Amino acid sequence: MKILRAPRVERCVGCDSCSLACARLVHKRISWTTAGIRITSSGGLSTGFEAKICLACDPAPCAAACPTGSYSQRKGGGVRVKPDVCIRCGACAKACPVDAIYIEPETNVPFVCLHCGRCVGFCPHQCLEMIDAPGTADAAVPVTDAAQEKEASHAG
Amino acid sequence: MPAEPFRVLMVDLTRGRGEYINFGDKNEHLGGSGLAAALFAAYADVSAPALAPEQPLIFAIGPLTGCYPLMSKTVCAFKSPYNEQYAESHAGGRLALSLRFAGIDALVIRGRSPVLSALAVGIRRLDFVDVHFLRGFDVFTTGKQLRKLHRSGAGHRSTLRIGPAGENQVAYACINVDTYRHFGRLGSGAVMGAKNLKAIVIDGGKSLPAPAGKDYPDVFKAIYDQVVDSGMMKKYHDLGTPENLLALNELSALPWKNLQSTKEAAIENVSGEAFARDLLLRKAACAGCPVGCIHVGLLREKYAANNDYLYRQVSYDYEPLFADGTMLGITSASGILAVMDEIERQGVDCMSAGVALAWATEAAQKGAIGLAETIVPLAFDDVAGYREAVRHLGNRTNEFYRLLGQGTMVAAAQYKGEDYACVLGQEMSGYATGEVFYISQAMGVRHSHLDSGGYSYDQKHTDKDAVKAIDFLVADEADRVALTSMVSCLFARNVYTPETLGRALSAMGLSGMAENLGKAARNIQKLRWKNKIDCGFKPREVKIPKRFYEVTNWKGQADPAYLEELKTYYASRIEALVSA
Repeated sequence: MKILRAPRVERCVGCDSCSLACARLVHKRISWTTAGIRITSSGGLSTGFEAKICLACDPAPCAAACPTGSYSQRKGGGVRVKPDVCIRCGACAKACPVDAIYIEPETNVPFVCLHCGRCVGFCPHQCLEMIDAPGTADAAVPVTDAAQEKEASHAG
Repeated sequence: MPAEPFRVLMVDLTRGRGEYINFGDKNEHLGGSGLAAALFAAYADVSAPALAPEQPLIFAIGPLTGCYPLMSKTVCAFKSPYNEQYAESHAGGRLALSLRFAGIDALVIRGRSPVLSALAVGIRRLDFVDVHFLRGFDVFTTGKQLRKLHRSGAGHRSTLRIGPAGENQVAYACINVDTYRHFGRLGSGAVMGAKNLKAIVIDGGKSLPAPAGKDYPDVFKAIYDQVVDSGMMKKYHDLGTPENLLALNELSALPWKNLQSTKEAAIENVSGEAFARDLLLRKAACAGCPVGCIHVGLLREKYAANNDYLYRQVSYDYEPLFADGTMLGITSASGILAVMDEIERQGVDCMSAGVALAWATEAAQKGAIGLAETIVPLAFDDVAGYREAVRHLGNRTNEFYRLLGQGTMVAAAQYKGEDYACVLGQEMSGYATGEVFYISQAMGVRHSHLDSGGYSYDQKHTDKDAVKAIDFLVADEADRVALTSMVSCLFARNVYTPETLGRALSAMGLSGMAENLGKAARNIQKLRWKNKIDCGFKPREVKIPKRFYEVTNWKGQADPAYLEELKTYYASRIEALVSA
């Protein structure tokens, strides 16, 4: 099973193309928040950007907290979502240790990354990548810019 | 088809109340430039002063905001304290998407707050917060304090703020948008200051339904691929607009030292290439735009003997590098960033401030003003002097800086230096390309190099056919009005051809608007001119200062007869537009 990672998020320019793509293509919305990935600055725009995404916990605390089975454990980490049985209680968002679940204020509907990867192609700087879940047979460490630089400095 | 109105938030600072109203017709006013002009016509008092409390400060987005790449700008409209005329200024950042996702087509602010205040707007929020303790704070310190005051939407909201210049109503004070972008020109920051409004925070967390079917995502993807993969936007992302420095210098079209020259060997130190090589720290983007044209430079300063350093991040583009760099004769890239940093802090328009100080420097050289006026010695390439002068400008320390803060020509009239005041409606943009640009800025509705492609026309036409040139400016302006009503960044003007714009609107279910786009844009063009003429603009009285005739531009010396012909014909076109 693949999961979404943001191994090169230092490159992020804050364009929100990933969030807008997720909302448009997965959730059929025009939005920069009702999406499985959201880009924020932390303490002003001069500090750069971070991606709020599901880190594919296994076991997932949000699935454990969900009282109706709307969220259930996904193989490889993260959750499978059945929106029809969600009662909009918000327990999933409270349980998430990394603030990866967005509750739409007007509807109380939770939005979380489904690890489908549809946002990846809309990042102009290749910050995002689908990788094999850690612990699976094909799992590899994603290549970060820092790792690339290290390799380069040892080359030759 | 019944008219669909805009959802406009009317804020009354005097009473501390807001009200959502339905306004206008989307097919007619489109949004952005069109919506702002219509709101100004409805709510401004053209006979009252620009800084009167009842005058509206308008922020408007468009029908495609947040829906497609580069639909990322907001239009600000107001009566300008610089020239008492209708003014329109544009900014990016996160503001446009914040308004879109707060469910606001336009925000109109009127009245004057009883205490210095911050306005917080969101889908479940309308707060007026007493921030009297921020009086006199610079733009950056204000931003830091605001982040503590408002936690809602942290990291994903838009913050507008003014510095001391706005509070002190410098006529070209700007509004800082999300640290690196600005409503720069013609004094929107002074309008905020006159309203006792230090900041506006907009938090948009709403979502809208996407149109059903594959059309919308397909059109989006085609535009996105064109923007990211075709190379069309490379110049904005790569070196960015500073790539113009070397090119315009080579063409003898780059203003240096108050336009005393247009080409200097020192360009090697301050070119876009030099900035990218030595100082570029990172790039950033406006929300909804994958181009990432915001170039942020690293300014490293040793402030004490024992290797004690501090650092600042300063965003740079072509226009500030010209106005606060070559125009001031500054020959080091970090020196330019240092002046720009102080300008950012004070919250003055970087273009007007740089050109104003360039005039003051020449006036000092000529003996028209002395230390009694400037307080600090002004000389080209003296970075420390300029930083100090910017602080005086923002704080209006004495009568000289008060006059200079009203506009270069106001000070020039007082000290008899009009001939060398580089003013074309407002302080000039960085294009000494020739007569068509000079007229396009001096007479354009925004007095901006973005009103129409006059600088480009100069470089492509060596003939002196005034009718052809002005017809081009008027037609080009109408095309740009269509884009700025959407509201697109004008960097995307080659992406959003009329055909693409039509497809984009139709995919959003706005085929009625798509069909009416050309006609609506021409009507908006008329309305903007009407607003400006109603405020007292007299196109036949426009003057081009002597300096523009003296200096060698790309085409050689400016031809007075051709300039007069351009002016007369442009004035007749403007008058015909308004009376049609």
